[in-house]
Amino acid sequence: MADQMAVSVGAVPAPGSAERRRRLWRRFRRRPMPMTGLVLVAGFLLLALVGPLVTGDPVTQDYAATLAPPSAAHPMGTDDLGRDALARIASGARISLQAGVLSTLLAMAAGIPIGLLAGFYRRWLDPVVGRLVDVTLAFPFLVFAVGLAAIIGPSLTGVVLALGFAQLPAVIRITRGEVLAIKEMDYVSAAIADGAADGHILLRYVLPNCAGPLIVQATVAIPTAIIGEATLSFLGLGVQPPTPSWGVMLTVAQQYLDVAPWLAIWPGVLIALATLGFNLLGDGLRDVLDPRSGL
Amino acid sequence: MTEPVLQIDSLVKHYGQVRAVDGLSLTIGQGEVLGLVGESGSGKSTVGKCVLRLTEPTSGTITLGGRDVTHLSRRAMRPLRRDVHMVFQDPYSSLNPRFSIEQIVSEPLLRHKLASRREAYGRVAAMLEKVGLRTEMMTRLPHELSGGQRQRVGLARALILEPRLVVADEPVSALDVSVQASVLNLITDLQRDMGFSCLFITHDLSVVEFLADRIAVMYLGRIVETGPTADLFAEPRHPYTQALLSAAPVPDPVKARERRRIVLRGDVPSPLDPPAGCRFHTRCPLAFDACRTVEPELADPRSGVHPAACHLVTPEHRPDAAVPGRTIEY
Repeated sequence: MADQMAVSVGAVPAPGSAERRRRLWRRFRRRPMPMTGLVLVAGFLLLALVGPLVTGDPVTQDYAATLAPPSAAHPMGTDDLGRDALARIASGARISLQAGVLSTLLAMAAGIPIGLLAGFYRRWLDPVVGRLVDVTLAFPFLVFAVGLAAIIGPSLTGVVLALGFAQLPAVIRITRGEVLAIKEMDYVSAAIADGAADGHILLRYVLPNCAGPLIVQATVAIPTAIIGEATLSFLGLGVQPPTPSWGVMLTVAQQYLDVAPWLAIWPGVLIALATLGFNLLGDGLRDVLDPRSGL
Repeated sequence: MTEPVLQIDSLVKHYGQVRAVDGLSLTIGQGEVLGLVGESGSGKSTVGKCVLRLTEPTSGTITLGGRDVTHLSRRAMRPLRRDVHMVFQDPYSSLNPRFSIEQIVSEPLLRHKLASRREAYGRVAAMLEKVGLRTEMMTRLPHELSGGQRQRVGLARALILEPRLVVADEPVSALDVSVQASVLNLITDLQRDMGFSCLFITHDLSVVEFLADRIAVMYLGRIVETGPTADLFAEPRHPYTQALLSAAPVPDPVKARERRRIVLRGDVPSPLDPPAGCRFHTRCPLAFDACRTVEPELADPRSGVHPAACHLVTPEHRPDAAVPGRTIEY
């Protein structure tokens, strides 16, 4: 019988299967841009996780060598108080990573359930959530984050909360859009006919099927939050001195641009590289995870 | 007479301005297969969705096994879903891509708490065998199966609770012609074997000819003719049914040459603004004045003949009403 024949040629492996993961990885590996992104992100993670353990103390001052250019003792030079720039860059990476990952996790943890419910219960919840999201999205991301940070108060916790909250509308909107599309699929109707309760349908049918775009959104949200943290700290609304953050380092560095330009170059270049890395990785993931890309 | 399994009474479903279903009534008895036939846009799929309460009817009543379910909440409806399930048209979007075949078919059992996961396994295996799938399929994911195999999985899911009613919405029209026949035969065998009632929705009269006990023909949200399958095929009374039947291919070329084809002109009018009077009058080759103003009822005064909503059949508006029993000629 024709329909009893085995898997058709070129069948699309299911999301989550080992075979699909292997094929995705093969496809990913062959592409130069996502791989560059992966290398940059791996380097950033290494710097943030291992860096502070091997470099010196980021707040120890060496008055014999203030604003010293890069040397064997201080590979990236020292700042105005004689603190080792490399140690501060490594610690700053850890702050950036925390701000990026924690605020994104916060936005996802709050935004995905709201988006799921708003998309699923369109009649009651959606108009309210939709208008709120529209209003907050009308503010530029950084303006919104700066305003929130000013209210919450300057600290790493404040930065994470402000950035997480500022990312929330985008997460809600993306989740909601996915839910609206998935809700129309026959397998959701079939689940209702099976006698499934709404909670079961949301968690086992809707959520797993909108995971792809959300993973991509996360890789976009992390670099946005890294820049956000640097910006808030640069403006004095974020991490406070003496705690090293790339934004705080830039604030100090701008006063000494003419005598010690390396102080501005290191954090500036690293912010750019970390952001670039996550963006390239995210673009690559989007291409690879898009079912229309033929995988 | 025993309680009908499904009774639909003056069902209306409007999507905004679109009158998808506009006053439709039908009944399906125990173990009966009703073929609901109509072209695309006639509202036939909407009827199926309303029966399953997958969409809210605008008005009318739906009675399942004697119980009015029209206004039940989703929660109150849930226990009643043991007795009715659905086979969907699209075998690609009707199975959750993240569930294995075993999970998909066991869902009804687990959701109604009729079996533990372990107990469900055996019943799923037995059900898969019934629909002609090997038990090795249980660990597969939907994308690993062909269209015909997926539709068998959909059938297994719909039948595992042995429901009293199955709504089959174009269950074979997305399949290759070679596979259609095998799936249709399977549905026929299972229906004889398990005795469920079936609302079989299709645009293709030939699909239901050997499966349905009765046929209801839909046009623009209404039933225009209904009757036992043999009667309807032998003596179609509504001009629309006659046109549909004349369009079906006949395998014998001699007969095919002899028969008269009725070719309808134009498209189905928009359900946004159905024509006044008889909805079919804009395309009917036999339309006369009354058809443009008076809507014909689906009723027949004579006994022993199946009803059709046409003034030529219910003669009070017919111009030649003085000639009773005259057959319709072209």
